[in-house]
Amino acid sequence: MESYSAAWRRFRENRAAVLACLIVAAVVLLALVGPLVNPNHGDALDWQAVAVAPTRLHAHWFGTDRLGRDLFVRTLEGTQVSLLVGLIATLMSLVFGISYGAVAGFAGGRTDNVMMRIIEIVSGLPLVFFVIVVGVLFGRGPVLLFVSIGAVSWLTTARIVRGQTLSIVRQPYIEAAIAAGAPPSRIIYRHVIPNLLGPVVVYATLSIPQIMLFESFLSFLGLGIQEPNASLGTLVSQGVGDMEAASWILLVPGSLLALLLVALNIFGDGLRDALDVKEA
Amino acid sequence: MLRYFLSRLAAAIPTLFLIVTATFFLMRAAPGGPFDQDQALPPEIYANLQRAYGLDRPVWQQYGRYLNNLLHGDFGPSFRYKDFTVTELIAQGFPVTLELGVIAMLLALCIGIPLGVFAALNHNGGLDHLTMVLAVSGIAVPSFVLLPFLGLVFGVHLHWLPVAGWEDGAARYLVLPVIALSLPPLAYIARLTRGSMLEVLAMDYIRTARAKGVPLRQLIMRHALKPALIPVASFLVPAVAAVMTGSLVVESIAGLPGIGRYLVQGALNRDYTLVLGMVILYSTLLIGMGLAVDLLYAWLDPRLRTA
Repeated sequence: MESYSAAWRRFRENRAAVLACLIVAAVVLLALVGPLVNPNHGDALDWQAVAVAPTRLHAHWFGTDRLGRDLFVRTLEGTQVSLLVGLIATLMSLVFGISYGAVAGFAGGRTDNVMMRIIEIVSGLPLVFFVIVVGVLFGRGPVLLFVSIGAVSWLTTARIVRGQTLSIVRQPYIEAAIAAGAPPSRIIYRHVIPNLLGPVVVYATLSIPQIMLFESFLSFLGLGIQEPNASLGTLVSQGVGDMEAASWILLVPGSLLALLLVALNIFGDGLRDALDVKEA
Repeated sequence: MLRYFLSRLAAAIPTLFLIVTATFFLMRAAPGGPFDQDQALPPEIYANLQRAYGLDRPVWQQYGRYLNNLLHGDFGPSFRYKDFTVTELIAQGFPVTLELGVIAMLLALCIGIPLGVFAALNHNGGLDHLTMVLAVSGIAVPSFVLLPFLGLVFGVHLHWLPVAGWEDGAARYLVLPVIALSLPPLAYIARLTRGSMLEVLAMDYIRTARAKGVPLRQLIMRHALKPALIPVASFLVPAVAAVMTGSLVVESIAGLPGIGRYLVQGALNRDYTLVLGMVILYSTLLIGMGLAVDLLYAWLDPRLRTA
């Protein structure tokens, strides 16, 4: 990979990506700090102010929901949860996907064929429906959420990693390592994986918003984060119920979710263009 | 190519069998049953119900019986919707879901592809940037956020269109759900078409055709479009899957009488046969779409026909 300074220069020249990066940073900062500086609690019920519109009361900047909970704090706490789930689930899909893809690409030949065929078959299955059915059947804890999102999203990572590994394996330094008698496990962990991190980081940045979208979808269906905790998806689904009478309960978390996902996507695209990574 | 297609077709049957088996045992492994209610039924009635639906037998016997019925085209009775068979429930709702999904997919293709082509021809121009903005927002904004927002603007405030409802499928009830459902695949298709069109337009044979003076329209329609559509073809299966899952939430927000509600509700109620029927239906549709795409590849890429 060419020098990172050239990539950094290309990234800075992409105004949309820089703006998106700033928006993401601002939203993350707001989500972390906002609930601390606001006197309201996310799960405190204010019975004097049930479903109050924003700006009507100075105590609740973005209004309150049906139970009189402060929407500003609740939305920001929901953003924290959504970001956290996005990060952890992305990490899980990376660990799965990198190990599988690196082994397949390094082994090559028949092993590679079989492993890729398995991926092909699994990707043809209606995995999302399985996740929904399993989620409904076996309770809806966060662990199950991470596992099910990871199980759906590791396939693409594995495919990209395998493609990268195939080209890395042909490099002379791998030949040298084999000639020096290094065992395959050592070659994979010391030589292959560090060299495919660049494209993988780019892919990970792009998959965070997708995974957050999937999480909010599951939470919207009531299969994700459960009360009293809430992710942005949970908040949107509550907002839909009160849409006509109290539109801000929908608009506040909905706009923040949309803004965050768009910004993350533009940021990831910019990173990919700057590092010149081809998607597999 | 024909051999490849036939091998894929042959692989579809064991795949479906595996899906049915996995779902069947997953449902049975879950705690609770279809007749568990907040107020427990008298034991005699409970036992009678269990016997009537064959739930008192060992699980492997139930499995065998289910498979046997399935081979005869019988999806069994629903456990919760009394007096309805699974086939009847799906036959009632499926036309709505199908109509919604097919229109959304057609819209995504008929707008997404031309948009991508024009954006590529207008590379780095105004239309190109506009398309990319639309593409990013369409990919990023979930349909369950988009649909209520559209409903707020066009339904609650402007009163142009109904927010939710069905009324025997009057067209205006479909407008907002179809837009919300088609925008994500539309955006993705536009982006894919634009990217691959740019690559194809840079190829030698296109330069040759241009040098010969082939008019632009003919250049696109006869030379550039088909190879540029290969990535779009490989996106069709994920697109159909996305429309199916999107339909689950869109139908519930817009109050459409489709089959979307049966998946989550059925699993909640432990309505074993209904969930199995839904999973079989969705899997068959997806696998069938995959096979259709294989044929489409052969049409788009002549090199594959001999391989």
